[in-house]
Amino acid sequence: MSTHPEEVLRLDGITKRFGELTANDAVSFSLAKGEVVALLGENGAGKTTLMNILFGQYTADNGTVSVFGKTLPPGNPRAALDAGVGMVHQHFTLADNMTVQENITLGTRPLFSARLDRKEARKRIIELSERFHLAVSPDAKVGSLSVGERQRVEILKALYRDVRILILDEPTAVLTPQETDDLFATLRQAIANGLSIIFISHKLHEVMAIADRVVVLRHGKMVDGVAIKDTDKAALAALMMGAEATPPAVAPANPGETLMELKGVSTPDIGSAPGLKSVSLELKAGQIIGLAGVSGNGQAAMAEVVGGQRVPVTGSLALSGLEIPQWSPRKAVESGIARIPEDRHKTGTIADFDLTENAILERYSNTPFSRGGWLDWRKSRSFANEIIEKYDVRCPGPDTTIRLLSGGNMQKLILGRVLEAAPQIILANQPVRGLDIGAVNYVHSQLLEARDRGAAVLLISEDLDEIMGLADVIHVIAEGRLSPAFNRGEKSPAELGLWMAGQGFEEPARKQESHHAS
Amino acid sequence: MRLEPIENPTVIRRLGLPAAALAATFLVASLLAMVAGANPFSVFGLIMKGAFGSKFAVLETLNRATPLIFTGLAVAVAFRAKFWNIGAEAQLYAGALVTVVLGTGFLPWPAFAILPALFVCAILAGAIVLLVPALLKTRFGVDEVVTTLLFNFIFLLFISMLLEGPLKDPMGMGWPKSARLVPEARLPRIVDGLRLHWGFALALISAVLVWIIQTRSTLGYEMRAVGLNKEAAAFAGIPVNRVLVKTALLSGGLAALAGFSEVAGLKGSLTLDLSPGFGYTGIIVAMLALLNPLGVVVAALFVAGIFVGADSMSRAADVPTYLADIMLASALLMMVLAIMLTRFRVVRG
Amino acid sequence: MDIIEILFTASFWAAAIRIATPLILATMGELICERAGVLNLGIEGIMVVGAFAGWMAVYSGTGLWVGVAVAFAVGMLFGLLHSTLTVPFGLSQHVVGLGVTLLATSATYYAYRLALPEVTSPPKIAAFQPYEIPILSDIPFLGEAVFSQTPFTYFAFLLVLAVAVVLYRTPLGLAVRAVGENPSAVAAQGLSVTAIRMGAVIVGSGFMAMGGAFLTMSAFDSFFFEMVNGRGWICIALVVFGSWRPGKALLGAVLFAAFDALQIRVQQTDIGAEIPYQIFLMMPYILSILALVVMSRRAEVPAALMVPFNKGER
Repeated sequence: MSTHPEEVLRLDGITKRFGELTANDAVSFSLAKGEVVALLGENGAGKTTLMNILFGQYTADNGTVSVFGKTLPPGNPRAALDAGVGMVHQHFTLADNMTVQENITLGTRPLFSARLDRKEARKRIIELSERFHLAVSPDAKVGSLSVGERQRVEILKALYRDVRILILDEPTAVLTPQETDDLFATLRQAIANGLSIIFISHKLHEVMAIADRVVVLRHGKMVDGVAIKDTDKAALAALMMGAEATPPAVAPANPGETLMELKGVSTPDIGSAPGLKSVSLELKAGQIIGLAGVSGNGQAAMAEVVGGQRVPVTGSLALSGLEIPQWSPRKAVESGIARIPEDRHKTGTIADFDLTENAILERYSNTPFSRGGWLDWRKSRSFANEIIEKYDVRCPGPDTTIRLLSGGNMQKLILGRVLEAAPQIILANQPVRGLDIGAVNYVHSQLLEARDRGAAVLLISEDLDEIMGLADVIHVIAEGRLSPAFNRGEKSPAELGLWMAGQGFEEPARKQESHHAS
Repeated sequence: MRLEPIENPTVIRRLGLPAAALAATFLVASLLAMVAGANPFSVFGLIMKGAFGSKFAVLETLNRATPLIFTGLAVAVAFRAKFWNIGAEAQLYAGALVTVVLGTGFLPWPAFAILPALFVCAILAGAIVLLVPALLKTRFGVDEVVTTLLFNFIFLLFISMLLEGPLKDPMGMGWPKSARLVPEARLPRIVDGLRLHWGFALALISAVLVWIIQTRSTLGYEMRAVGLNKEAAAFAGIPVNRVLVKTALLSGGLAALAGFSEVAGLKGSLTLDLSPGFGYTGIIVAMLALLNPLGVVVAALFVAGIFVGADSMSRAADVPTYLADIMLASALLMMVLAIMLTRFRVVRG
Repeated sequence: MDIIEILFTASFWAAAIRIATPLILATMGELICERAGVLNLGIEGIMVVGAFAGWMAVYSGTGLWVGVAVAFAVGMLFGLLHSTLTVPFGLSQHVVGLGVTLLATSATYYAYRLALPEVTSPPKIAAFQPYEIPILSDIPFLGEAVFSQTPFTYFAFLLVLAVAVVLYRTPLGLAVRAVGENPSAVAAQGLSVTAIRMGAVIVGSGFMAMGGAFLTMSAFDSFFFEMVNGRGWICIALVVFGSWRPGKALLGAVLFAAFDALQIRVQQTDIGAEIPYQIFLMMPYILSILALVVMSRRAEVPAALMVPFNKGER
């Protein structure tokens, strides 16, 4: 790439290694004024590392970053910010106990200056939020805001700093399709104001919709940089995933009897996370039931009710037609429910336990793993070995600390742990989040296999593509309310999107966004 | 700077760093000894001699190690489950109190039943004392660090009140001191003529039992799981609160045995200076042992040796005995740092 | 005298505020640390070392305020030790805190024995004397209760005001509060989480040491072993009781001290004489536990308290 007259940002030969792993391998690209470049790649392709280098959080082993023609000093977190680069992180960098205004002004004045200039700051925030259609009250506590509102605060934070280059890391992961459109409108406004944007994503249709040019990363290497007008979705998918396995073919389902039924189940809201609002759901044998929805709309409550961590305040739970009097994680496991948790690092495994100890985590108190309160390590170990072999867990052996395994291998151990008991019901909560494409296909084929042998699978995912590809029946969850069941192919993504935004439900949504700025 | 996990630390790293921590501790102590105008080498020589230099010294060290093994185990068990029991001191006194109340002729039982009864009752007393902070934590979410710490003060005042009131020995010439245990309530010596009582043997047995519980039993598995990752443990169906309460009962019971063994084995009566901070020192012992129950025995011997040695060193070299406390506190801090550095390396960028 | 009557005497409230002062100083110190996300269990030992350092400085001939500064500096030194271990290295704040308490306490006792090898009873210094603030001290009741204290007490009250203003009205305070709630918010602004946390712990520890120094330089005029006697732990309870807010923590400290002053008075009454004095001495600790139980449900704990931040953790 030659130096463009309007070039605002340039990454040149960036290489970063973490021990054995090369997270970025000689990555180079540039960004021109008023341009949107999409950075496309699977999870773990090295997008986040690259941005951390740009922002001085990491020091690159090789290569340089230059902004407006000036090379940034490596390892200085302020350098990129001072040069006019702002970033909206995937995990919001906001302090919940502080107001919107406090969050926005954080770090904008020298630490040891005496004043905050609160009046002036307030005026500017209101002005910016009007100009860019980012409605949010400067005095609201961030902890009380919805996810969409928090993202607006993050964007305002960048605009408040007069950024010239804005980087957005997976910004639509937490938005409904309609909210995504609003975001794109705001971004187009920003481009019209002379900003340049780097848009990090793994969603092809969004990249096609907003970007001028796309840079594809795979396993830390830059595979291509192409203009949007010269490519299409299929070509990008091939670039992004490489020649790795194709997704499993889905045969039609063969539903049987109802294995689990929720009737009018409600749970209380916890903080900003909504509970379930009188939800009824049937899980039938031989069927994958997909639960679609934007993150934080009651999926956690649903997973906890089905998985035994939460007892409904009203409504009832029945297993094969029999009502369950007491409900707990242990009861759920004993009732034959396989639970694949959302976060395999925090809840699925104990990082400092070895594979054997993790393999028996749910059933250590049952035979054959223990008797009379004493563990049988020999049997436990051979169970772990069985899983390792059958589910192809790549590791030195059952005594390896699970912390040392990759996400995919960790997930395989969890799959083995729960599927070895031939469960009737499978609760798969975001089962492929953060996995590379090979592992994704493996997990999906395991779920399909379980379905075909007659298990009921509840698949919770924020990725609509995953749900539409895999589920036989789809429910949408929004604000804790559940839509009717839609059959495969019955609704288009746009129609599901409206449900995800809370439209179509009989009852009105609870007043969550009441403290909006008007 | 950034910390990067080391996948397979070398043996040199795993052994060298803790050794370096100990060396650094001795370096600090040397400097302080020099400040006091003493020759560090002769100071350490005197400590070694005072701790292990004669049969009498060794026995004294073993006797001093006995309560430290118990409190060290109590802390090791609790910390393993991340239950921060800083109240071993109070539980120790609870055990001692029960031993004195029941062991001064109160139990109308045959002689052979008295010691086992005292043993069991002491454990129960310590367990109950720690049950209160445990329930405050599981029921109300009150941090146990502060409650167990404050309980130490409350319990010591309670003992003081009893020793000046109902428990006061009428023959004690006005000192706040309890009556003496009846002979049947005393722990006998392991070998006739050697000043070492069965409390030491009990401590060793306890260490082995705790080790077996931790590595072989479902309870031990549960305690380790809760300590390492509460969220994952709860998800898997481990009853986290119940495990914490069980941990507290075990920990409190072990700490109380320190009080039982000191009263029944060594002192024969209860005074307010029964424990020169054995409960707090138990934390150092447990941490130096990396929370390993068998390691607790070794660490307790080391710590006891330093204390006993420092006592005689202080008399001979005119260096305050507090040198021992400084050594142990700095050993604690350097050891936790060294252990962390065996698993992580510091890198730039 | 009736218990209710006691509550309406100015001398009672004067005593309460005197008792509250060391708690106020050390509680502010702990509050700063915890607001930045670091639990500092070194507080008890740092108060001991502060009590000794300030007193020793004055005993060796410095002025009183220089003594306070010495205590502050020594406290900061132990804060540096604590924060180096807990912040960049991310070691257990429980273990390090207790270790710092043990180290500071034993180092103090060692230094005391070295400095004063021969004495049986510790020497006295010319401590801070009450200063009646002109005009204000003429206000009935309040004048005697509040405005006839030693300058060290006035300093403590000013400190609360300063801490509140800095935390809520300056860029620095914003950063400190943010770093205790979500450190990545601070890191994303190019600010150093490590530096801000360490700074908070160091300064906070300095104030803890001042709390200790008040005991030897204003409340009493001499240094005794075990004179801090669990006050540090009580301050940790007070921070929770005050929901991590300076004003509420001040209120808590005064309320707490009032109970303490009350038990001292009641001890001297006829009914009080029949109750073992230990019961009265237990009251502060029991009160602290009760305060924790009452407040623990509704307190807004800084979300990142005790959570180490390792930038770029993978």
